[in-house]
Amino acid sequence: MSDAAGIPSTEIAPRRRSRLAAFFIRLVKEKPLGAISGIIILISIFVAIFADALAPYGFLELHLEDRLTGPSAKYLLGTDGLGRDLLSRLIFGARVSMLVGLTVTTISVVISSLIGGVSGFLGGKSDLVVQRFVDAWIAFPGLLLLLTIMSIVGKGLPQIILVLGISGGIGGSRVLRSAVIAIKGSDYFLAAEAVGNTKWRSFIRHVMPNVMPVIIIAFSISIGGVIMSLASLGFLGYGLPANIADWGGMLSREGRRFMEQAPWLALWPGLALTITVYCLNMLGDAMRDLLDPRLRGGEG
Amino acid sequence: MRAYMIRRLLLIIPTLFILTIIVFLAVRFIPGDLIDLMVGELEGWYAIDIDREALERMLGLDVPVHVQYGRWIGVLPTPDPFSMESRFNGLLQGTLGESLIGGWSIEERILGRLPVTFELGFLAIVIGLVIALPVGIYSAIRQDTATDYVGRTAAIVGMATPNFWLAIMVMLYPAIWWGWSPSVEYIPLVEDPLGNLGMFIIPSLILGTASAAGTMRLTRTMMLEVLRQDYIRTAWSKGLNERVVIMRHAIKNALIPIVTLIGMQLPMLVGGAVIMEEIFVLPGIGRLFLDALNDRDYPVIQGVNLFLSTVVLLTILLTDMIYPYLDPRVRYT
Repeated sequence: MSDAAGIPSTEIAPRRRSRLAAFFIRLVKEKPLGAISGIIILISIFVAIFADALAPYGFLELHLEDRLTGPSAKYLLGTDGLGRDLLSRLIFGARVSMLVGLTVTTISVVISSLIGGVSGFLGGKSDLVVQRFVDAWIAFPGLLLLLTIMSIVGKGLPQIILVLGISGGIGGSRVLRSAVIAIKGSDYFLAAEAVGNTKWRSFIRHVMPNVMPVIIIAFSISIGGVIMSLASLGFLGYGLPANIADWGGMLSREGRRFMEQAPWLALWPGLALTITVYCLNMLGDAMRDLLDPRLRGGEG
Repeated sequence: MRAYMIRRLLLIIPTLFILTIIVFLAVRFIPGDLIDLMVGELEGWYAIDIDREALERMLGLDVPVHVQYGRWIGVLPTPDPFSMESRFNGLLQGTLGESLIGGWSIEERILGRLPVTFELGFLAIVIGLVIALPVGIYSAIRQDTATDYVGRTAAIVGMATPNFWLAIMVMLYPAIWWGWSPSVEYIPLVEDPLGNLGMFIIPSLILGTASAAGTMRLTRTMMLEVLRQDYIRTAWSKGLNERVVIMRHAIKNALIPIVTLIGMQLPMLVGGAVIMEEIFVLPGIGRLFLDALNDRDYPVIQGVNLFLSTVVLLTILLTDMIYPYLDPRVRYT
């Protein structure tokens, strides 16, 4: 930005927009599958936000006279054992998945920045101790840990968001730690120290802004994994309470009870889950390849 | 190198120690209303009156946390909840304790269930490698061809498909279409090896394909990296044919990182095994865990957690230790 001086601030905005536009053009040209996935994700976010207006029925609305009916004009995807409209439940399920995926990822980013960033930045003995803790945490099979904690704190949306967020944050702190350590060895960081910046000032001003893009990309790739964990917990009956429509819960023991009579009950929630996770992964991979050359591995 | 090995081995001690603390604390904050609930359930099980304090004693919750931990580890004596006689009875004495509900020894039950979970995991790893390696290698040597795209797309679809959903579909649709469903009665390996394999093959295939997706992507990346190196160009320019270049020169170096991946995939595999044992009614450690969760049998939950995490930790240690021998270019200091 050699021409930055003297340019009125109004001109900066269109310049930024054109960079954003250029990014989207690159996305469509170089990663068409990523772009299509992005559109599907945008549609599901739209559906999640306007679920109340889009769903033909409420997700808890009972139609006991229409139990286990197949797909029809009245109920596009059929009904479940209590006569609840499956399409409406899927639509509200999208809202739950998106909400959990985004909030959990945000919490994870904050926690891994605190643990990984500080541990990697300080180094030395404290890093050694913190990393043994992270080692142990990573060895603890995630599903067992999540199930154990959920069985104690009980089913619920805030519980599951916190549990998934904290657990993902600790596990993911390794990525951040490596990124911070890499920057600590770079010339501009040494220069920042040499001109007399204090330790914490260089951490906040020079290290964090440079690792954040890496981190945000790394964690957006993990949103699909979060939604999958939520569904696994729901499937095993330790996810969300029955008054919330979530895709995993629809496939759980209670959900499976009527599946032989009504196989569509098993088909659609799983399909919705697979498509969402697939698109999130594809979009994440494409964004990473385009935005961060450091992570580009020639795969995907 | 030797110094690194010793350091790596010594570092496992604090990690194991921290692991016991995490496993211990994970079941330590049982809220009061849960205790009340358990009192009711236990009265049903034992058909005797149990008051709150007795249950807290049985769970060891009547003393401060550090004393509870000391007892579990075996550095402090544990009083018997009924006779009140104290003795050292913890991890250091080689015991994980007893089930709250059944009274049986947890370590014996875990070891009894281990063959099932081990067979499932072993088959899944083998199937995963058998699928992933050829596809990954082929995908790399024919980069950007239709086959490459098909392989990569299949891998991403495989990663996105929840294994429990795949399992439900396998249980459901063949039953509807052809009236066929997988057997849900456990057949021991020694009685009927083929019948036993028949039971394990579907859950292992589902688990194996899930881990194959990640392995295939890594294999492809590593192959692409190796194929760009000078010694491969030398091999080509010597006039060696493709078979020799790929099989003799490239594969050896490309496959080394896969060893690390197996260790890293193990925690996920354990989670997958829990789900498969639940759906296909296999009497393994995963089912033991889910039953214990359902019964709120916290000593068992704690024991299974510690056992499986230790297995994962030691596997990761093992892969780290053999890595420098597989790849002499890696020199740790």
